[in-house]
Amino acid sequence: MLRALKSFGAFWYDFVIGDDWHVAAIVVAALALTALLVHVAGVNAWWLVPLAAFAALAWSLRRATGGKS
Amino acid sequence: MTAALPLVLTVFVACAVEAIEALTIVLAAGLTRQWRSTFQGMAAALVVLAAIVGVLGPTITLLPLTALRLVVGALLLIFGLQWLRKAILRAAGYKALHDEASAYLREVAAAKAAPEVAKRGISDWYAFTLAFKGVLLEGLEVVFIVITFGANQRNLGAAVVGAAIAVVVVAVTGIAVRAPLAKVPENAMKFAVGIMLTSFGTFWGAEGAGVKWPGSDAALLVIVPVVAVVSLGYAVWLRRAHRANADAGPQAQVSQAEGVTS
Repeated sequence: MLRALKSFGAFWYDFVIGDDWHVAAIVVAALALTALLVHVAGVNAWWLVPLAAFAALAWSLRRATGGKS
Repeated sequence: MTAALPLVLTVFVACAVEAIEALTIVLAAGLTRQWRSTFQGMAAALVVLAAIVGVLGPTITLLPLTALRLVVGALLLIFGLQWLRKAILRAAGYKALHDEASAYLREVAAAKAAPEVAKRGISDWYAFTLAFKGVLLEGLEVVFIVITFGANQRNLGAAVVGAAIAVVVVAVTGIAVRAPLAKVPENAMKFAVGIMLTSFGTFWGAEGAGVKWPGSDAALLVIVPVVAVVSLGYAVWLRRAHRANADAGPQAQVSQAEGVTS
């Protein structure tokens, strides 16, 4: 039963998070920071999520290629 | 209808890519083993997928739009960046291109080696499970895209139509040629889907976090090309670096191969 649950969890982790969990962490952090800027500081930070997405992708690609490029 | 066009097109292309991969597995099972059990496996998987859409689709649309856009936007963005990452690594030469012909040969070799066992009223259990798993696993990504896109645009019907057209087109073509669709530019299609998922994920996620996009919905007309240009730029940059490292010698290539994690 425990093994089945572990496999189920591993499948969904792989399905949603994929090969690099850092990308998911950066996306969640960027959205949280955007919400804070909008609702607390009153800044319409529309630029933050796209910038974070490009940075996360570049970082992930660099890690995947062994940081050689 | 015009507003639903990007939705239908994105779902259509994403679904076509996954349907091509599922078709390869179904053909390997059907042509090598037997069609009856293969069709049973395929039908069982389609029923499960339809049930997931039927239950989750209407449920998710009950959520408030802001919460829905934040959660679904985050998931789409994570999902889209995964697709883009793989597509860029393939385009740059760091990862092997997805090849339906070689995938088919691998599945056929495994199907020929497996013994024929009857189980639970199915005459060939191997063919059944191979077709079931293939269609279910490839179909889950499509279901995810159909539900998230459809729910966010409050137009689940259009998303289902896009997916259904893709399945029919791929199935009819597969039946006609009776071979894996190896000539379809699958990697380019995956690149395009990655760009769309990332763009819509960025737009909806930020909107769910409270952002007001300059130009409102028209911002998407800027976001999509910007994501495309940046992604293609990364692919060109990595391809050049890959070639430069290949020219530098075999030692550099070994280090790079060790660095590619997937």
